[in-house]
Amino acid sequence: MEITAKTAQQLRLTEEEFELIKEKLGRTPNFNELCAFSGMWSEHCSYKNSIKWLKTLPREGSRMLVKAGEENAGLMDIGDGYGVVFKIESHNHPSAIEPFQGAATGVGGIHRDIFTMGARPIAALNSLRFGNLEEAKTQHLLAGVVHGIGHYGNCFGVPTVGGEIYFEDCYHTNPLVNAMSVGIVKAGKTVSATALGEGNPVMYVGSATGKDGIGGASFASADITAESTEELPAVQVGDPFQEKKLLEACLEVIETGAVVGMQDMGAAGIICSTAEMSAKGEVGMRIDLDKVPTRQHHMKAWELLLSESQERMLLVVEKGKEDVVRKVFDKWDLESSVIGEVTTDGLLSFYINGELEAQIPAQELVLGGGAPQYNRDFRRPAYFDKIENFDINQIEEPKNLKELAAQLVQLPSIASKRWIYNQYDSMVGTVNASTNNPSDAAIVLVRETGKALAVTVDCNSRYVYADPYKGAMIAVSEAARNIVCSGGQPLGVTNCLNFGNPFDPEVYYQFVNAIKGMGEACRKFDTPVTGGNVSFYNQNPEGPVYPTPTIGMVGLVEHPGKKMTLNFKTEGDSIFIIGHMKDDINCSEYLHKLKGVEYSPAPYFDLEEEYDLQHKISELIKEGVIESAHDLSEGGLFITLCESGFTNELGFTVRTHKDLRKDAFLFGESQSRVVVSVSPAHFEAFENTIRHFPHYEIGIVSTGKVEIDGEEWGDIHYWKELYDASIEKHLSKEIESEALGML
Amino acid sequence: MKFGVVVFPGSNCDRDMYNALVHDLNQECIMLWHKDSDLSEFTTEDCIVLPGGFSYGDYLRTGAIARFSPIMQSIIEFAKNGGKVLGVCNGFQILCESHLLPGALLRNNNQQYVCKNLYIKDVQDKVYKIPIAHGEGRYYADDATLDILEKNNQVLFRYCDEKGNLVPEANPNGSVRNIAGICNETRNVFGMMPHPERACSSLLGNTDGRKIFEILFSEVMEGVI
Repeated sequence: MEITAKTAQQLRLTEEEFELIKEKLGRTPNFNELCAFSGMWSEHCSYKNSIKWLKTLPREGSRMLVKAGEENAGLMDIGDGYGVVFKIESHNHPSAIEPFQGAATGVGGIHRDIFTMGARPIAALNSLRFGNLEEAKTQHLLAGVVHGIGHYGNCFGVPTVGGEIYFEDCYHTNPLVNAMSVGIVKAGKTVSATALGEGNPVMYVGSATGKDGIGGASFASADITAESTEELPAVQVGDPFQEKKLLEACLEVIETGAVVGMQDMGAAGIICSTAEMSAKGEVGMRIDLDKVPTRQHHMKAWELLLSESQERMLLVVEKGKEDVVRKVFDKWDLESSVIGEVTTDGLLSFYINGELEAQIPAQELVLGGGAPQYNRDFRRPAYFDKIENFDINQIEEPKNLKELAAQLVQLPSIASKRWIYNQYDSMVGTVNASTNNPSDAAIVLVRETGKALAVTVDCNSRYVYADPYKGAMIAVSEAARNIVCSGGQPLGVTNCLNFGNPFDPEVYYQFVNAIKGMGEACRKFDTPVTGGNVSFYNQNPEGPVYPTPTIGMVGLVEHPGKKMTLNFKTEGDSIFIIGHMKDDINCSEYLHKLKGVEYSPAPYFDLEEEYDLQHKISELIKEGVIESAHDLSEGGLFITLCESGFTNELGFTVRTHKDLRKDAFLFGESQSRVVVSVSPAHFEAFENTIRHFPHYEIGIVSTGKVEIDGEEWGDIHYWKELYDASIEKHLSKEIESEALGML
Repeated sequence: MKFGVVVFPGSNCDRDMYNALVHDLNQECIMLWHKDSDLSEFTTEDCIVLPGGFSYGDYLRTGAIARFSPIMQSIIEFAKNGGKVLGVCNGFQILCESHLLPGALLRNNNQQYVCKNLYIKDVQDKVYKIPIAHGEGRYYADDATLDILEKNNQVLFRYCDEKGNLVPEANPNGSVRNIAGICNETRNVFGMMPHPERACSSLLGNTDGRKIFEILFSEVMEGVI
């Protein structure tokens, strides 16, 4: 078979990249080698179109125990001799084609990134985006994704403690499925994804290799088109039971001290794990591919190299300790095979039955080595003009506020997500302290230290679409605010950067400016970016998705018993808004969904004000003078009040502000504001602390009735029922047809 | 009285059960491995616990493979000799598959896995808030069997609303007669779908699980009820 630039193109490499490969090798690659480059130089593995900008993010901090991007996930010090390991990753493309397996393997993959470092995953989160929930396609995708996440996470036995879901038309063809995992590791027990020591055996453990997921990394590096379903074999198939055994066996084998390095086999399978481990250790490997356990006969070298079969790990172990390792995997009924050894020549040499099938210098394949890095053009998007043309006076101040509120509370992006989260095991592990008393971030107990983590995922992508720079700052700020409102101190960030096609200069403008905004906010809050994932090509012939730089943030709660919760506690407590009040309805759910305004600027936001607000909230919590804290986000004040009322079924009596439009007061999404409740006993102390900070007393907590400006708006139960039932109503048809399918 | 918690491959509530028993309830507890079959260190005063999870992946039918594991052969023997056995969630499913308890656990009637807090009540009508987390928790037995269970006071917990009413809306999975937990005729084998081990710590905001354990390990086992 003659290898030409055309072959390279079919493997999604450009002509220039093909020339570069020939230059690096000093010869024309054979097909196996070209496949290896295709996987490793794909956007997914190489970050070739993003890395230059990612390097501008703040990636250092006193608590960071590994450098950003150096290992499979971020690792930060949480004191008492323990570290937190966390990462978020996308599985958008497979989920668009096969939602159940796509989402399931997304969950499996992210947990593997955590335990490959020696940490035990203790919490999972997810961030999802779908199209309009009225559409049958969206219902199908949502049901499949939720089922997939539940199927994998529930069996694997890690609680899903938090998440977010938005429904916007731009995600109709390209849903986003971002999964995050958080684990705990004892200092000194971490394992690096590094190969070291000439002659040390390379072991393959876990499930056998099949033909599933071949080319998954390059599949995820292209737009979704009508032909994408033909790439179904690029979707992997997950087995959470295998992964559960793999987790226990890997943590057990680390205890034996026999492991030199370990890396999971995710995107681009064997080629990626061998290349990255070797490159990091500045060594090579000789691998006998015929020793790889397979599910199918006669698999070719390139298939073995690129397969993304799930639940597999590559280990480099100390020579002579193979049996120690094998014994552990035998105990867990998992396959383990020595498939090669570490060499000093820096070459990856792959053999089948003694025949050399591929030979490539490991460094040439990896990010930071030979993989190309590009600058892409960007220009200000044309739609910005329409955004700048918006003026609040174009919207008449409405009279039917109660009716609008009732519509708002039922919007799928706002309404209760219980149909979704009730399908996830949120309590396994007995560490989820938010089940019975919710906070803005999920509180996860760290049994080993007696402290807790506050974890959250956040991104309002409509804000980012309206203003990528400010929108990304808001995403970081909201994550930090959620942690602060829970009584935590933000520690660090993992990001999942979901964008359209990087060759589209307007998309790239969104990317560049989102990175700049994210960097600035992360520096302000001293929350370094510890790692994450870039997912480009979330685009179809009709256009890209909203730019969606999802922020996963982890914070530390020193005293879990003193965490702050979001729910009102007692009738008669005073309700305050802390922060600035603005006549602002920009980019709100109200404006977008109820008034049909597609283009408006991002809501009011000032990073300094946000920073000051968070400090003030922390102070109020520390002094013990507030009973609840809940930040204002989608849907504005009215939704925030409802959510604070629902848990204990308490209502609120509230007066609007004379200087503000009523729709802006009730439904505006101006940033950097928090609703707190204060008991009469703490009123004076509260006033002393808040005196020189913007705050507004807006009403009191009631036994159940909801009253705005003296007008009765019904009982909190009425609002709760609307809120709880909305998504279920949308999905009842889907449930019926799925149930029929099962009969 | 000491406890032994069995670890099957795929068990995922084994450590939760251990932590609840040891740290919240101050009990002595040993972890047991599914491939072992030696229970000689346990007497009939002791209790073997089958925890929740997805034993052997539960890809066939929940509990169907676990029932054939080496340790289950010993546990069946242990139970027949009067030893105490508790199965929670997947453990309950395994006990039914092993015929140590009557009936079966079918797929939830809405075809979905469900995890949430709900309420159950004991035979004295005391109501407890307790989490469930299962896809196959719909208890089923024929009417004759159910009548016998009720006649012998073997139905120990039923799903109810906050006030203790046995209404259909309080039944999360379609279990017959709202049954959430039962024991065998000799009152030494007990199974329930809800997870008391998830409700034993004040940091989690719910300690009703402790009361469930107290009922199980004093009243029921000693035949007080």
